[in-house]
Amino acid sequence: MSATNQAAAEQYDYDIIKKFSIMAVVWAVVGMFVGVYIASELAWPFLNFDSPYFSFGRFRPVHTGAVIFGFGGSALFATSYYVVQRTCQTRLFAPGLATFTFWGWQAIIVMAATSYVLGYSQGREYAEMEWPIDILIEIVWVSYLAVYVGTLMRRKQAHIYVANWFYLSFILATALLHTFNNLAVPVSMFTLKSYSLFSGTQDAMTQWWYGHNAVGFFLTAAFLGMMYYFVPKHAGRPVYSYRLSIVHFWALSFMYMWVGTHHLHWTALPDWASTLGATFSIMLLLPSWGGMINGIMTLSGAWDKLRTDPIMRFMIVALSFYGMSTFEGPLMSLKDVNALSHYTDWTVGHVHSGALGWVAMISFGSLYHMIPRLWKTEMFSVKLINMHFWLATIGTLLYITAMWISGISQGLMWRAFDDFGNLQYSFVESVAAMHPFYAMRAIGGMFFLTGMLLMAYNVYQTIRQGVRAEVASARAAAATA
Amino acid sequence: MEWFADPENARPLGLLIFFITFCLIVFWVYGSRKRGAKLEEYKNIPFLDDDEVKKDKSNG
Repeated sequence: MSATNQAAAEQYDYDIIKKFSIMAVVWAVVGMFVGVYIASELAWPFLNFDSPYFSFGRFRPVHTGAVIFGFGGSALFATSYYVVQRTCQTRLFAPGLATFTFWGWQAIIVMAATSYVLGYSQGREYAEMEWPIDILIEIVWVSYLAVYVGTLMRRKQAHIYVANWFYLSFILATALLHTFNNLAVPVSMFTLKSYSLFSGTQDAMTQWWYGHNAVGFFLTAAFLGMMYYFVPKHAGRPVYSYRLSIVHFWALSFMYMWVGTHHLHWTALPDWASTLGATFSIMLLLPSWGGMINGIMTLSGAWDKLRTDPIMRFMIVALSFYGMSTFEGPLMSLKDVNALSHYTDWTVGHVHSGALGWVAMISFGSLYHMIPRLWKTEMFSVKLINMHFWLATIGTLLYITAMWISGISQGLMWRAFDDFGNLQYSFVESVAAMHPFYAMRAIGGMFFLTGMLLMAYNVYQTIRQGVRAEVASARAAAATA
Repeated sequence: MEWFADPENARPLGLLIFFITFCLIVFWVYGSRKRGAKLEEYKNIPFLDDDEVKKDKSNG
Protein backbone atom coordinates (compact mmCIF):
# COMPACT_ATOMS: atom_id res chain seq x y z
CA MET A 1 0.00 0.00 0.00
CA SER A 2 1.38 3.41 -0.95
CA ALA A 3 1.91 6.19 1.54
CA THR A 4 -0.65 8.44 -0.17
CA ASN A 5 -3.21 5.65 -0.14
CA GLN A 6 -2.66 5.14 3.57
CA ALA A 7 -3.07 8.87 4.08
CA ALA A 8 -6.31 8.90 2.09
CA ALA A 9 -7.72 6.12 4.25
CA GLU A 10 -6.93 8.12 7.38
CA GLN A 11 -8.05 11.42 5.93
CA TYR A 12 -11.53 10.22 4.97
CA ASP A 13 -14.32 8.32 6.69
CA TYR A 14 -14.55 5.16 4.60
CA ASP A 15 -16.39 2.85 7.05
CA ILE A 16 -19.83 4.25 6.31
CA ILE A 17 -19.13 4.10 2.55
CA LYS A 18 -18.07 0.46 2.82
CA LYS A 19 -21.31 -0.41 4.62
CA PHE A 20 -23.49 1.31 2.04
CA SER A 21 -21.51 -0.21 -0.85
CA ILE A 22 -22.00 -3.74 0.47
CA MET A 23 -25.71 -3.15 1.00
CA ALA A 24 -26.05 -1.68 -2.50
CA VAL A 25 -24.80 -5.00 -3.88
CA VAL A 26 -27.00 -7.04 -1.52
CA TRP A 27 -30.16 -5.06 -2.39
CA ALA A 28 -29.33 -5.24 -6.08
CA VAL A 29 -29.29 -9.04 -5.89
CA VAL A 30 -32.50 -9.19 -3.83
CA GLY A 31 -34.37 -6.56 -5.87
CA MET A 32 -33.36 -7.97 -9.24
CA PHE A 33 -34.24 -11.51 -8.12
CA VAL A 34 -37.73 -10.33 -7.14
CA GLY A 35 -37.91 -8.47 -10.47
CA VAL A 36 -37.14 -11.63 -12.41
CA TYR A 37 -39.68 -13.51 -10.29
CA ILE A 38 -42.53 -11.08 -10.98
CA ALA A 39 -41.60 -10.92 -14.68
CA SER A 40 -41.85 -14.73 -14.66
CA GLU A 41 -45.22 -14.53 -12.89
CA LEU A 42 -46.55 -12.49 -15.80
CA ALA A 43 -45.22 -15.05 -18.30
CA TRP A 44 -46.07 -18.15 -16.25
CA PRO A 45 -48.90 -17.22 -13.84
CA PHE A 46 -48.77 -20.51 -11.86
CA LEU A 47 -45.86 -18.85 -10.00
CA ASN A 48 -48.47 -16.82 -8.06
CA PHE A 49 -49.34 -20.16 -6.33
CA ASP A 50 -52.83 -18.78 -5.65
CA SER A 51 -51.41 -17.10 -2.57
CA PRO A 52 -51.66 -13.39 -1.83
CA TYR A 53 -48.16 -13.49 -0.33
CA PHE A 54 -46.66 -14.48 -3.71
CA SER A 55 -48.91 -12.33 -5.86
CA PHE A 56 -47.59 -9.87 -8.42
CA GLY A 57 -49.42 -7.00 -6.72
CA ARG A 58 -47.54 -7.47 -3.45
CA PHE A 59 -44.16 -8.38 -4.94
CA ARG A 60 -44.05 -5.53 -7.44
CA PRO A 61 -43.44 -2.78 -4.84
CA VAL A 62 -40.96 -5.11 -3.12
CA HIS A 63 -39.03 -5.16 -6.41
CA THR A 64 -39.24 -1.40 -7.06
CA GLY A 65 -38.47 -0.57 -3.41
CA ALA A 66 -35.46 -2.90 -3.27
CA VAL A 67 -33.92 -1.75 -6.56
CA ILE A 68 -34.69 1.98 -6.37
CA PHE A 69 -34.29 2.68 -2.67
CA GLY A 70 -32.27 -0.38 -1.58
CA PHE A 71 -29.77 -0.64 -4.42
CA GLY A 72 -30.00 2.85 -5.94
CA GLY A 73 -30.39 4.60 -2.58
CA SER A 74 -27.50 2.73 -0.93
CA ALA A 75 -25.28 3.32 -4.00
CA LEU A 76 -26.11 7.03 -3.81
CA PHE A 77 -25.43 7.27 -0.07
CA ALA A 78 -22.11 5.46 -0.61
CA THR A 79 -20.94 7.47 -3.62
CA SER A 80 -22.18 10.83 -2.30
CA TYR A 81 -20.32 10.34 1.01
CA TYR A 82 -17.23 9.36 -1.02
CA VAL A 83 -17.45 12.21 -3.52
CA VAL A 84 -18.24 14.95 -0.99
CA GLN A 85 -15.27 13.98 1.17
CA ARG A 86 -12.81 13.66 -1.69
CA THR A 87 -13.82 16.80 -3.56
CA CYS A 88 -14.00 18.88 -0.37
CA GLN A 89 -10.89 17.16 1.04
CA THR A 90 -12.39 16.81 4.46
CA ARG A 91 -13.93 14.11 6.64
CA LEU A 92 -17.68 13.61 6.99
CA PHE A 93 -19.50 15.94 9.34
CA ALA A 94 -21.19 14.14 12.27
CA PRO A 95 -20.09 10.52 11.62
CA GLY A 96 -22.58 9.28 14.24
CA LEU A 97 -25.43 10.84 12.27
CA ALA A 98 -24.04 9.28 9.09
CA THR A 99 -24.11 5.86 10.79
CA PHE A 100 -27.72 6.56 11.76
CA THR A 101 -28.55 7.21 8.08
CA PHE A 102 -27.16 3.76 7.29
CA TRP A 103 -29.15 1.81 9.87
CA GLY A 104 -32.23 3.96 9.39
CA TRP A 105 -32.19 3.51 5.62
CA GLN A 106 -31.72 -0.26 5.83
CA ALA A 107 -34.54 -0.51 8.40
CA ILE A 108 -36.81 1.43 6.03
CA ILE A 109 -36.14 -0.94 3.12
CA VAL A 110 -36.73 -4.05 5.27
CA MET A 111 -39.89 -2.67 6.92
CA ALA A 112 -41.29 -1.47 3.60
CA ALA A 113 -40.74 -4.85 1.90
CA THR A 114 -42.23 -6.74 4.85
CA SER A 115 -45.29 -4.49 4.94
CA TYR A 116 -45.93 -4.94 1.20
CA VAL A 117 -45.81 -8.74 1.44
CA LEU A 118 -48.26 -8.54 4.38
CA GLY A 119 -50.59 -6.43 2.25
CA TYR A 120 -49.96 -2.93 3.59
CA SER A 121 -49.59 -0.28 0.90
CA GLN A 122 -50.87 3.27 0.55
CA GLY A 123 -51.12 2.67 -3.18
CA ARG A 124 -48.94 5.56 -4.34
CA GLU A 125 -46.44 4.48 -6.96
CA TYR A 126 -42.81 4.37 -5.71
CA ALA A 127 -44.17 5.67 -2.37
CA GLU A 128 -46.16 2.68 -1.15
CA MET A 129 -44.79 2.89 2.39
CA GLU A 130 -47.39 3.51 5.09
CA TRP A 131 -47.19 6.60 7.28
CA PRO A 132 -44.92 5.39 10.15
CA ILE A 133 -42.28 4.37 7.58
CA ASP A 134 -42.74 7.72 5.82
CA ILE A 135 -41.94 9.52 9.08
CA LEU A 136 -38.77 7.45 9.52
CA ILE A 137 -37.76 8.33 5.93
CA GLU A 138 -38.24 12.01 6.77
CA ILE A 139 -35.98 11.74 9.83
CA VAL A 140 -33.26 9.78 7.99
CA TRP A 141 -33.39 12.16 5.04
CA VAL A 142 -33.02 15.29 7.16
CA SER A 143 -30.05 13.62 8.89
CA TYR A 144 -28.55 12.89 5.44
CA LEU A 145 -29.02 16.55 4.48
CA ALA A 146 -27.34 17.66 7.72
CA VAL A 147 -24.35 15.34 7.17
CA TYR A 148 -23.99 16.43 3.56
CA VAL A 149 -24.35 20.17 4.10
CA GLY A 150 -22.16 19.99 7.22
CA THR A 151 -19.42 18.30 5.20
CA LEU A 152 -19.70 20.90 2.43
CA MET A 153 -19.41 23.67 5.02
CA ARG A 154 -16.13 22.33 6.42
CA ARG A 155 -14.56 21.90 2.94
CA LYS A 156 -10.96 22.84 2.29
CA GLN A 157 -11.70 23.74 -1.34
CA ALA A 158 -13.14 27.19 -2.03
CA HIS A 159 -15.28 25.89 -4.90
CA ILE A 160 -17.93 23.17 -4.53
CA TYR A 161 -17.35 20.67 -7.36
CA VAL A 162 -20.37 20.27 -9.67
CA ALA A 163 -21.04 16.62 -8.72
CA ASN A 164 -21.97 17.89 -5.26
CA TRP A 165 -24.51 20.29 -6.75
CA PHE A 166 -26.30 17.37 -8.34
CA TYR A 167 -26.20 15.32 -5.13
CA LEU A 168 -27.46 18.25 -3.07
CA SER A 169 -30.32 19.01 -5.46
CA PHE A 170 -31.29 15.33 -5.24
CA ILE A 171 -31.32 15.45 -1.43
CA LEU A 172 -33.31 18.70 -1.29
CA ALA A 173 -35.80 17.76 -4.02
CA THR A 174 -36.39 14.29 -2.55
CA ALA A 175 -37.15 15.85 0.86
CA LEU A 176 -39.65 18.20 -0.74
CA LEU A 177 -41.28 15.53 -2.89
CA HIS A 178 -41.50 12.95 -0.11
CA THR A 179 -43.05 15.42 2.32
CA PHE A 180 -45.82 16.73 0.07
CA ASN A 181 -46.65 13.43 -1.64
CA ASN A 182 -47.15 11.73 1.71
CA LEU A 183 -49.30 14.31 3.49
CA ALA A 184 -51.95 12.08 5.02
CA VAL A 185 -54.17 11.66 8.05
CA PRO A 186 -53.75 8.31 9.86
CA VAL A 187 -56.97 6.47 10.70
CA SER A 188 -55.70 6.16 14.27
CA MET A 189 -52.40 6.11 16.15
CA PHE A 190 -52.31 2.31 16.18
CA THR A 191 -53.08 1.51 12.59
CA LEU A 192 -50.94 1.60 9.49
CA LYS A 193 -53.77 2.94 7.36
CA SER A 194 -54.09 6.60 6.49
CA TYR A 195 -55.97 8.83 4.05
CA SER A 196 -54.22 11.19 1.65
CA LEU A 197 -54.76 14.90 2.11
CA PHE A 198 -55.51 15.13 -1.61
CA SER A 199 -58.30 13.56 -3.60
CA GLY A 200 -59.35 13.03 -7.20
CA THR A 201 -57.37 14.80 -9.89
CA GLN A 202 -55.31 16.77 -7.36
CA ASP A 203 -54.26 13.48 -5.80
CA ALA A 204 -53.24 12.08 -9.20
CA MET A 205 -51.33 15.27 -9.97
CA THR A 206 -49.52 15.20 -6.63
CA GLN A 207 -48.61 11.57 -7.17
CA TRP A 208 -47.14 12.20 -10.61
CA TRP A 209 -45.48 15.41 -9.52
CA TYR A 210 -43.74 13.12 -7.03
CA GLY A 211 -43.42 10.16 -9.40
CA HIS A 212 -41.72 11.93 -12.25
CA ASN A 213 -39.52 14.05 -10.02
CA ALA A 214 -38.45 10.89 -8.22
CA VAL A 215 -37.21 9.86 -11.67
CA GLY A 216 -35.82 13.35 -12.28
CA PHE A 217 -34.01 13.97 -9.03
CA PHE A 218 -33.52 10.54 -7.44
CA LEU A 219 -32.82 8.50 -10.58
CA THR A 220 -31.32 11.22 -12.80
CA ALA A 221 -29.78 14.20 -10.99
CA ALA A 222 -28.20 12.05 -8.29
CA PHE A 223 -26.71 9.58 -10.77
CA LEU A 224 -25.46 12.52 -12.84
CA GLY A 225 -23.58 13.57 -9.70
CA MET A 226 -22.08 10.08 -9.71
CA MET A 227 -21.26 10.46 -13.41
CA TYR A 228 -19.59 13.87 -13.02
CA TYR A 229 -17.15 12.45 -10.50
CA PHE A 230 -16.53 8.86 -11.51
CA VAL A 231 -16.35 9.19 -15.32
CA PRO A 232 -13.59 11.84 -15.25
CA LYS A 233 -11.85 10.12 -12.35
CA HIS A 234 -11.85 6.71 -13.97
CA ALA A 235 -10.91 8.06 -17.39
CA GLY A 236 -8.07 9.98 -15.75
CA ARG A 237 -9.04 13.19 -17.50
CA PRO A 238 -11.26 16.09 -16.42
CA VAL A 239 -14.81 16.48 -17.58
CA TYR A 240 -15.11 17.76 -21.18
CA SER A 241 -16.64 21.15 -20.28
CA TYR A 242 -17.16 22.43 -16.76
CA ARG A 243 -19.25 25.33 -18.02
CA LEU A 244 -21.56 22.93 -19.83
CA SER A 245 -21.98 20.97 -16.59
CA ILE A 246 -23.15 24.19 -14.85
CA VAL A 247 -25.72 24.93 -17.56
CA HIS A 248 -26.73 21.25 -17.50
CA PHE A 249 -27.39 21.46 -13.78
CA TRP A 250 -29.47 24.64 -13.83
CA ALA A 251 -31.45 23.71 -16.93
CA LEU A 252 -32.30 20.34 -15.43
CA SER A 253 -33.27 21.90 -12.10
CA PHE A 254 -35.48 24.54 -13.73
CA MET A 255 -37.29 22.15 -16.05
CA TYR A 256 -37.78 18.80 -14.32
CA MET A 257 -40.33 19.98 -11.75
CA TRP A 258 -42.86 20.83 -14.49
CA VAL A 259 -43.04 17.59 -16.46
CA GLY A 260 -44.97 15.21 -14.14
CA THR A 261 -48.31 15.97 -15.74
CA HIS A 262 -47.30 14.17 -18.94
CA HIS A 263 -48.22 10.99 -17.03
CA LEU A 264 -51.83 12.17 -17.00
CA HIS A 265 -52.56 13.00 -20.64
CA TRP A 266 -56.15 12.32 -21.73
CA THR A 267 -57.49 12.30 -18.18
CA ALA A 268 -59.57 14.73 -16.08
CA LEU A 269 -56.48 16.92 -15.75
CA PRO A 270 -56.90 20.41 -17.27
CA ASP A 271 -55.58 20.50 -20.82
CA TRP A 272 -53.19 23.40 -20.13
CA ALA A 273 -51.45 21.42 -17.37
CA SER A 274 -51.08 18.46 -19.70
CA THR A 275 -49.64 20.67 -22.46
CA LEU A 276 -47.28 22.35 -20.01
CA GLY A 277 -45.91 18.93 -18.99
CA ALA A 278 -45.37 17.92 -22.62
CA THR A 279 -43.70 21.24 -23.52
CA PHE A 280 -41.22 21.07 -20.66
CA SER A 281 -40.55 17.41 -21.46
CA ILE A 282 -39.49 18.35 -24.99
CA MET A 283 -37.34 21.20 -23.67
CA LEU A 284 -35.66 18.77 -21.26
CA LEU A 285 -34.10 16.98 -24.21
CA LEU A 286 -31.55 19.80 -24.54
CA PRO A 287 -29.97 19.69 -21.07
CA SER A 288 -30.22 15.90 -20.99
CA TRP A 289 -28.30 15.53 -24.23
CA GLY A 290 -25.91 18.32 -23.24
CA GLY A 291 -25.05 16.32 -20.13
CA MET A 292 -24.74 13.06 -22.03
CA ILE A 293 -22.39 14.64 -24.60
CA ASN A 294 -20.38 16.24 -21.81
CA GLY A 295 -19.95 12.83 -20.15
CA ILE A 296 -19.13 10.91 -23.31
CA MET A 297 -16.76 13.58 -24.68
CA THR A 298 -14.77 13.35 -21.45
CA LEU A 299 -13.27 10.26 -23.05
CA SER A 300 -12.27 12.27 -26.14
CA GLY A 301 -8.73 11.30 -27.10
CA ALA A 302 -8.82 8.15 -25.00
CA TRP A 303 -11.40 6.07 -26.78
CA ASP A 304 -9.05 3.07 -26.67
CA LYS A 305 -10.02 2.68 -23.00
CA LEU A 306 -13.33 1.33 -24.20
CA ARG A 307 -11.55 -1.65 -25.71
CA THR A 308 -9.46 -2.44 -22.67
CA ASP A 309 -11.43 -1.28 -19.65
CA PRO A 310 -14.81 -2.88 -18.86
CA ILE A 311 -15.54 -0.31 -16.12
CA MET A 312 -15.17 2.52 -18.62
CA ARG A 313 -17.43 0.56 -20.94
CA PHE A 314 -20.09 0.34 -18.21
CA MET A 315 -19.95 4.12 -17.77
CA ILE A 316 -20.07 5.04 -21.44
CA VAL A 317 -22.83 2.55 -22.25
CA ALA A 318 -24.74 3.96 -19.26
CA LEU A 319 -24.45 7.44 -20.76
CA SER A 320 -25.61 6.11 -24.12
CA PHE A 321 -28.69 4.60 -22.48
CA TYR A 322 -29.21 7.90 -20.65
CA GLY A 323 -29.23 9.65 -24.03
CA MET A 324 -31.55 7.07 -25.50
CA SER A 325 -34.09 7.10 -22.69
CA THR A 326 -34.06 10.91 -22.45
CA PHE A 327 -34.91 11.00 -26.15
CA GLU A 328 -37.64 8.38 -25.76
CA GLY A 329 -39.19 10.14 -22.73
CA PRO A 330 -39.96 13.45 -24.49
CA LEU A 331 -41.21 11.48 -27.50
CA MET A 332 -43.64 9.55 -25.28
CA SER A 333 -44.76 12.77 -23.60
CA LEU A 334 -46.27 14.05 -26.85
CA LYS A 335 -50.02 13.66 -26.54
CA ASP A 336 -50.48 11.74 -29.79
CA VAL A 337 -47.64 9.30 -29.05
CA ASN A 338 -48.89 8.98 -25.48
CA ALA A 339 -52.35 8.01 -26.75
CA LEU A 340 -50.68 4.90 -28.15
CA SER A 341 -48.03 4.25 -25.49
CA HIS A 342 -49.83 4.99 -22.22
CA TYR A 343 -50.97 2.02 -20.09
CA THR A 344 -48.91 -0.31 -22.34
CA ASP A 345 -45.64 -2.16 -21.81
CA TRP A 346 -43.82 0.50 -23.82
CA THR A 347 -43.80 2.58 -20.61
CA VAL A 348 -42.36 -0.37 -18.68
CA GLY A 349 -39.66 -0.76 -21.35
CA HIS A 350 -38.87 2.96 -21.23
CA VAL A 351 -38.49 2.92 -17.46
CA HIS A 352 -36.17 -0.07 -17.66
CA SER A 353 -33.99 1.39 -20.40
CA GLY A 354 -33.35 4.18 -17.90
CA ALA A 355 -33.22 1.97 -14.81
CA LEU A 356 -31.11 -0.89 -16.16
CA GLY A 357 -29.20 0.91 -18.88
CA TRP A 358 -28.49 4.20 -17.12
CA VAL A 359 -28.98 3.95 -13.34
CA ALA A 360 -27.74 0.40 -12.77
CA MET A 361 -24.84 0.57 -15.22
CA ILE A 362 -23.44 3.90 -14.00
CA SER A 363 -23.74 2.50 -10.45
CA PHE A 364 -21.91 -0.71 -11.44
CA GLY A 365 -19.13 1.34 -13.04
CA SER A 366 -18.84 3.64 -10.04
CA LEU A 367 -18.91 0.79 -7.51
CA TYR A 368 -16.26 -1.14 -9.47
CA HIS A 369 -14.11 2.01 -9.40
CA MET A 370 -14.71 2.77 -5.73
CA ILE A 371 -14.69 -0.62 -4.02
CA PRO A 372 -11.01 -1.50 -4.66
CA ARG A 373 -10.04 1.96 -3.39
CA LEU A 374 -12.08 1.56 -0.22
CA TRP A 375 -10.43 -1.75 0.63
CA LYS A 376 -7.03 -0.65 -0.75
CA THR A 377 -6.76 -3.45 -3.24
CA GLU A 378 -7.67 -4.13 -6.86
CA MET A 379 -10.70 -5.92 -8.29
CA PHE A 380 -10.49 -9.69 -7.85
CA SER A 381 -11.29 -10.42 -11.51
CA VAL A 382 -11.43 -8.07 -14.49
CA LYS A 383 -12.69 -10.98 -16.60
CA LEU A 384 -15.79 -11.23 -14.38
CA ILE A 385 -16.42 -7.48 -14.78
CA ASN A 386 -16.24 -7.97 -18.53
CA MET A 387 -18.71 -10.88 -18.35
CA HIS A 388 -20.98 -8.80 -16.15
CA PHE A 389 -20.90 -6.00 -18.70
CA TRP A 390 -22.00 -8.24 -21.57
CA LEU A 391 -24.68 -10.02 -19.52
CA ALA A 392 -26.08 -6.66 -18.36
CA THR A 393 -26.04 -5.19 -21.88
CA ILE A 394 -27.67 -8.23 -23.51
CA GLY A 395 -30.21 -8.44 -20.67
CA THR A 396 -31.15 -4.77 -21.02
CA LEU A 397 -31.49 -5.01 -24.80
CA LEU A 398 -33.64 -8.15 -24.57
CA TYR A 399 -35.82 -6.48 -21.95
CA ILE A 400 -36.46 -3.22 -23.77
CA THR A 401 -36.88 -4.82 -27.20
CA ALA A 402 -39.50 -7.21 -25.78
CA MET A 403 -41.35 -4.32 -24.15
CA TRP A 404 -41.25 -2.16 -27.27
CA ILE A 405 -42.82 -4.89 -29.39
CA SER A 406 -45.27 -5.85 -26.68
CA GLY A 407 -46.22 -2.24 -25.84
CA ILE A 408 -46.74 -1.04 -29.39
CA SER A 409 -48.71 -4.22 -30.23
CA GLN A 410 -50.90 -3.67 -27.16
CA GLY A 411 -51.54 -0.04 -28.10
CA LEU A 412 -52.44 -0.95 -31.66
CA MET A 413 -54.67 -3.88 -30.62
CA TRP A 414 -56.58 -1.79 -28.06
CA ARG A 415 -57.39 0.94 -30.57
CA ALA A 416 -58.25 -1.34 -33.53
CA PHE A 417 -61.87 -1.26 -34.72
CA ASP A 418 -63.64 -3.60 -37.13
CA ASP A 419 -65.81 -2.50 -40.06
CA PHE A 420 -68.84 -2.13 -37.74
CA GLY A 421 -67.07 0.20 -35.31
CA ASN A 422 -66.66 -2.47 -32.61
CA LEU A 423 -63.37 -3.18 -30.88
CA GLN A 424 -61.51 -5.70 -33.02
CA TYR A 425 -59.79 -7.49 -30.14
CA SER A 426 -60.93 -8.40 -26.65
CA PHE A 427 -58.54 -7.50 -23.82
CA VAL A 428 -57.70 -11.15 -23.20
CA GLU A 429 -56.64 -11.56 -26.84
CA SER A 430 -54.11 -8.76 -26.35
CA VAL A 431 -52.84 -10.50 -23.19
CA ALA A 432 -52.41 -13.79 -25.09
CA ALA A 433 -50.51 -11.97 -27.86
CA MET A 434 -48.07 -10.59 -25.28
CA HIS A 435 -47.03 -13.98 -23.91
CA PRO A 436 -43.86 -14.55 -26.00
CA PHE A 437 -42.62 -11.06 -25.14
CA TYR A 438 -43.27 -11.55 -21.44
CA ALA A 439 -41.15 -14.70 -21.59
CA MET A 440 -38.46 -12.76 -23.51
CA ARG A 441 -38.54 -10.00 -20.87
CA ALA A 442 -38.13 -12.55 -18.07
CA ILE A 443 -35.13 -14.07 -19.90
CA GLY A 444 -33.62 -10.58 -20.32
CA GLY A 445 -34.03 -10.09 -16.58
CA MET A 446 -32.31 -13.44 -15.93
CA PHE A 447 -29.31 -12.28 -17.96
CA PHE A 448 -29.16 -9.07 -15.95
CA LEU A 449 -29.51 -10.93 -12.63
CA THR A 450 -26.78 -13.42 -13.60
CA GLY A 451 -24.44 -10.50 -14.27
CA MET A 452 -25.36 -9.07 -10.88
CA LEU A 453 -24.55 -12.38 -9.16
CA LEU A 454 -21.12 -12.34 -10.83
CA MET A 455 -20.60 -8.81 -9.49
CA ALA A 456 -21.61 -9.88 -5.97
CA TYR A 457 -19.09 -12.76 -6.10
CA ASN A 458 -16.38 -10.48 -7.53
CA VAL A 459 -17.00 -7.83 -4.88
CA TYR A 460 -17.01 -10.47 -2.10
CA GLN A 461 -13.64 -11.83 -3.26
CA THR A 462 -12.23 -8.32 -3.66
CA ILE A 463 -13.21 -7.37 -0.12
CA ARG A 464 -11.81 -10.66 1.21
CA GLN A 465 -8.57 -10.02 -0.62
CA GLY A 466 -8.40 -6.47 0.78
CA VAL A 467 -9.11 -7.58 4.35
CA ARG A 468 -6.47 -10.34 4.13
CA ALA A 469 -3.86 -7.92 2.81
CA GLU A 470 -4.65 -5.49 5.61
CA VAL A 471 -4.32 -8.20 8.27
CA ALA A 472 -1.02 -9.35 6.73
CA SER A 473 0.36 -5.81 6.64
CA ALA A 474 -0.72 -5.21 10.26
CA ARG A 475 1.06 -8.44 11.29
CA ALA A 476 4.19 -7.43 9.38
CA ALA A 477 4.13 -4.00 11.01
CA ALA A 478 3.73 -5.59 14.45
CA ALA A 479 6.62 -7.98 13.76
CA THR A 480 8.97 -5.16 12.76
CA ALA A 481 7.92 -2.93 15.68
CA MET B 1 -51.17 40.96 -3.46
CA GLU B 2 -54.41 40.07 -5.19
CA TRP B 3 -52.73 40.66 -8.54
CA PHE B 4 -50.04 38.07 -7.66
CA ALA B 5 -52.63 35.58 -6.40
CA ASP B 6 -54.42 35.53 -9.74
CA PRO B 7 -53.09 32.52 -11.72
CA GLU B 8 -53.50 34.47 -14.97
CA ASN B 9 -50.85 36.92 -13.69
CA ALA B 10 -48.76 34.60 -11.55
CA ARG B 11 -48.11 32.07 -14.38
CA PRO B 12 -46.50 34.45 -16.90
CA LEU B 13 -44.71 36.28 -14.09
CA GLY B 14 -43.24 32.99 -12.83
CA LEU B 15 -42.22 32.09 -16.35
CA LEU B 16 -40.48 35.45 -16.82
CA ILE B 17 -38.64 35.22 -13.49
CA PHE B 18 -37.37 31.69 -14.17
CA PHE B 19 -36.49 32.41 -17.78
CA ILE B 20 -34.60 35.62 -16.99
CA THR B 21 -32.75 33.92 -14.12
CA PHE B 22 -31.74 31.09 -16.43
CA CYS B 23 -30.56 33.55 -19.11
CA LEU B 24 -28.49 35.37 -16.49
CA ILE B 25 -26.89 32.08 -15.43
CA VAL B 26 -26.00 31.24 -19.05
CA PHE B 27 -24.61 34.77 -19.48
CA TRP B 28 -22.59 34.42 -16.27
CA VAL B 29 -21.16 31.12 -17.49
CA TYR B 30 -20.33 32.07 -21.07
CA GLY B 31 -20.25 35.89 -20.92
CA SER B 32 -16.62 36.39 -19.97
CA ARG B 33 -13.56 34.58 -21.31
CA LYS B 34 -11.64 35.20 -18.08
CA ARG B 35 -14.44 33.85 -15.89
CA GLY B 36 -14.86 30.93 -18.30
CA ALA B 37 -11.18 29.99 -17.92
CA LYS B 38 -11.51 30.18 -14.12
CA LEU B 39 -14.63 28.00 -14.17
CA GLU B 40 -12.91 25.44 -16.40
CA GLU B 41 -10.09 25.16 -13.84
CA TYR B 42 -12.54 23.69 -11.35
CA LYS B 43 -12.83 20.58 -13.47
CA ASN B 44 -9.51 19.44 -11.96
CA ILE B 45 -10.83 19.29 -8.38
CA PRO B 46 -11.38 15.49 -8.45
CA PHE B 47 -7.67 15.04 -9.26
CA LEU B 48 -6.29 17.15 -6.45
CA ASP B 49 -6.16 14.26 -4.00
CA ASP B 50 -5.20 11.42 -6.28
CA ASP B 51 -4.12 8.28 -4.51
CA GLU B 52 -1.95 5.69 -6.10
CA VAL B 53 -3.87 2.56 -6.92
CA LYS B 54 -2.13 -0.02 -9.05
CA LYS B 55 -2.97 0.65 -12.68
CA ASP B 56 -4.52 -2.53 -13.95
CA LYS B 57 -7.37 -2.82 -16.43
CA SER B 58 -9.93 -2.31 -13.67
CA ASN B 59 -8.40 0.97 -12.59
CA GLY B 60 -8.65 3.12 -15.64
